[in-house]
Amino acid sequence: MSTAGVTDVGTKNMTEAIDDKSKRRFLVTATTVVGAVGVGFAAVPFVMSLRPSAKTQAAGAPVEVDISKMEAGQLVIVEWRGKPVWVVRRTEKHLGDLPTLNAKLSDPDSKVVSQQPSYAQNLARSIKQEYLVVIGICTHLGCSPTYVKTGDPAGADIDDDWKGGFFCPCHGSKFDLAGRVYQGLPAPTNLVVPPYTYLSDTRILVGVDSSEGGVA
Amino acid sequence: MRRLIFALTWLLPTMAFAASGGVELQSANNDITDKASLQTGAKLFVNYCMGCHSLQYARFQRIGKDLGLTDDDLKEHLMFGTEKVGETMTIAMAQDDAERWFGVAPPDLSVIARARGTDWLYTYLLSFYLDPSRPLGVNNLVFKDVGMPHVLWEQQGWQKAVHKTETDAQGHSHEVVKLELVNPADEEKAEQYEKDMRNLVNFLEYIGEPAKLERRSLGWKVLLFLLIFLVFSIALKKEYWRDIH
Amino acid sequence: MNKMLTASLEWVDTRFPLTKMWNEHLAQYYAPKNFNVWYYFGSLALMVLVLQMITGIFLAVNYKPDAGLAFASVEYIMRDVDYGWLIRYMHSTGASFFFLVVYLHMFRALMYGSYRKPRELLWIIGMFIYMCLMAESFLGYLLPWGQMSFWGAQVIISLFGAIPYIGEDLAVWVRGDYVIGDATLNRFFVYHVVLVPLLLLALAVVHIIALHEVGSNNPDGIEIKKNKDPKTGIPLDGIPFHPYYTVKDIVGVTVFAIIFCAVIFYAPEMGGYFLEQNNFFPADPMKTPQHIEPSWYFTPFYAILRAVPDKFLGVIAMGGSIVVLFFLPWLDRSPVKSIRYKGWIFKLALGLFVVSFFGLAYLGMQPPTPTKTLFAQIFSVIYFAFFLLMPWYSKIDKTKPVPERVTD
Repeated sequence: MSTAGVTDVGTKNMTEAIDDKSKRRFLVTATTVVGAVGVGFAAVPFVMSLRPSAKTQAAGAPVEVDISKMEAGQLVIVEWRGKPVWVVRRTEKHLGDLPTLNAKLSDPDSKVVSQQPSYAQNLARSIKQEYLVVIGICTHLGCSPTYVKTGDPAGADIDDDWKGGFFCPCHGSKFDLAGRVYQGLPAPTNLVVPPYTYLSDTRILVGVDSSEGGVA
Repeated sequence: MRRLIFALTWLLPTMAFAASGGVELQSANNDITDKASLQTGAKLFVNYCMGCHSLQYARFQRIGKDLGLTDDDLKEHLMFGTEKVGETMTIAMAQDDAERWFGVAPPDLSVIARARGTDWLYTYLLSFYLDPSRPLGVNNLVFKDVGMPHVLWEQQGWQKAVHKTETDAQGHSHEVVKLELVNPADEEKAEQYEKDMRNLVNFLEYIGEPAKLERRSLGWKVLLFLLIFLVFSIALKKEYWRDIH
Repeated sequence: MNKMLTASLEWVDTRFPLTKMWNEHLAQYYAPKNFNVWYYFGSLALMVLVLQMITGIFLAVNYKPDAGLAFASVEYIMRDVDYGWLIRYMHSTGASFFFLVVYLHMFRALMYGSYRKPRELLWIIGMFIYMCLMAESFLGYLLPWGQMSFWGAQVIISLFGAIPYIGEDLAVWVRGDYVIGDATLNRFFVYHVVLVPLLLLALAVVHIIALHEVGSNNPDGIEIKKNKDPKTGIPLDGIPFHPYYTVKDIVGVTVFAIIFCAVIFYAPEMGGYFLEQNNFFPADPMKTPQHIEPSWYFTPFYAILRAVPDKFLGVIAMGGSIVVLFFLPWLDRSPVKSIRYKGWIFKLALGLFVVSFFGLAYLGMQPPTPTKTLFAQIFSVIYFAFFLLMPWYSKIDKTKPVPERVTD
């Protein structure tokens, strides 16, 4: 390329010209690579600044639930990360009924891994069988279902043999007392079990994973 | 000579120091990398200041992380209520009550070190003296007619203002106000108090900008990288500009 | 791979003048080969503009433009948002550096006559950019809602009140309230984040188009288009902007980045000049600070305002000190453009101008005293004399012969 004011690289002898070109290419590549690394580093603070802030994390901190005073069949609701979390104290009868419902359910063995931590991948979907801990949001479109106990007259409208559980009024989805979803209804998956752990026999901490396995 | 006269022996009523109301400020000599000092300061603040002054923009958890304290340490030494470690350091005193009791609500101190400066704060904490003309019985050389009581009088001992006439090298004499301990036996206590106030002000500087430690440690790495890049970019420029005569 | 790229480029080129623009404005845009240090500041100004927009966006993600929440939201950014402190310091330092770069950029024009024909419009567009920049920083300064934010805005808006007949109503209309308040904060936020940045972007584009139309000036003040290669039509003293000035500007940007990072990591407050101490007190409409001063980049004009004893005339003088710059292309009657070939009179005048500008800047930061006001008046006279006497002294000044080709 011959431009006024610019020494034509082509007027040099061949070896010089080749050296120039390869030196130039090396420098362009090297500078571009270092520059790209720099741009990458520079992007980090901006991207990180969009992560949940300390304030948001504090608001999303784990929530303690005192279960010492819960009666059989009682539902306690706490808020964790803006969502309702249900704790239900189940009886022996409730637990005994669970396997009998398997044929009516979409995922009786909780095979869909995303819906519960490993320690809740059992029949009762919990660490201790007596207490169900589950997020009270329907897996269809996000309404919060209603708790319908076994003896509740409304149960008859939901199922001819209602064994207790949750009914979502928005589009009619049904879940049993382990949060497992009934077949043939809009909700595709079982209710989500959040990470939780037992701080003691009377205190559950929602939001922190249990290090031990579930007790079947 | 240090037996009676403390901390403020070099106060001069020079008008140049308008911000401190005519008082020459002492150097706070802060070192916010001194974690032990910051921990002591934090404890002093929570015990003596947080009854009235909040740190509403600071979080316990952040202090734990920066000062090397565990959640248990925080709960045991710095948290007295049912707060969680992630929460901000607010206080129970209502603003309107505070205004009624003190004339002006005790301000939040999260950024006081940036607003007033650490030298000012340090000198202020050492400059309370007895003044019967004031409703709370004390005044402050650095902050005239301040509404704050001398919360830490037991740690320092009471001081009184003494007016002296000094003559300088040119033979001009002027009025000087010095503060002296009311009880000379408090000397040792007052020396310890000075050390405590250094720690407290150190903590206040830290809490004014917790990111200061991180930015200093990140800074030189960034500059180093840029210098390396500069070498490459100059080499590239020179190589191309060989074309231009 | 190469074939695919070429084909893609061709596809775009038949639908959008991409290669045409690349050639016209970069690879075949010929700039004088003798640019010196003073020629870095244009590209640096563009870089700071982009930086302010990017950091501004990330700040706006977390900032709350409400009188009760604003101060707290800034502290939230400084403490609770990951790297929020870094983004905040980049933005606050960037504001000061923007003015530093722009003042140096303008000074280059003063030295080399870059405002002379055919670049008068280029200069005027630049002046509009400068005015937008002043508006942008004034609006932005209210947002942290500290004592200086509040009272600085209070003082400056009340200057509108000095305008006869319509002044008071105008001030109320600007504020949206009878005093600076939440209504003011909210609208200033919108102007600062949306309105003025769009204006600045548009003006920057127009500024570059105007520049490329006539070509850059250079330190010798001679027109390189006067000496073209007869065969190619390319100016003999011109070199393609890309790759020569792109590569040179990368060095400039890096040096700037080093200085910039040294400040944001080690001295973001800059002794109170970039982040005023008093602004760490939340705004208190009941308590006026003892000393209200504008940011350092406004102090020369503030000094001129205070130098005139009458409020309205002071406003006129302050406005006039900026408006007079618009007329520079027509005030300079010298036969040569660049200071290199002008006589001692211009060099003296420019020197005095610089001294008075710095003097006024310093005085604008001080509380006024009779002596300081007198000096401000003297410096103000020198400042205006530089411009208003220029038609006369630029004519009588003895100039040196200008070379045909550029010198190194």
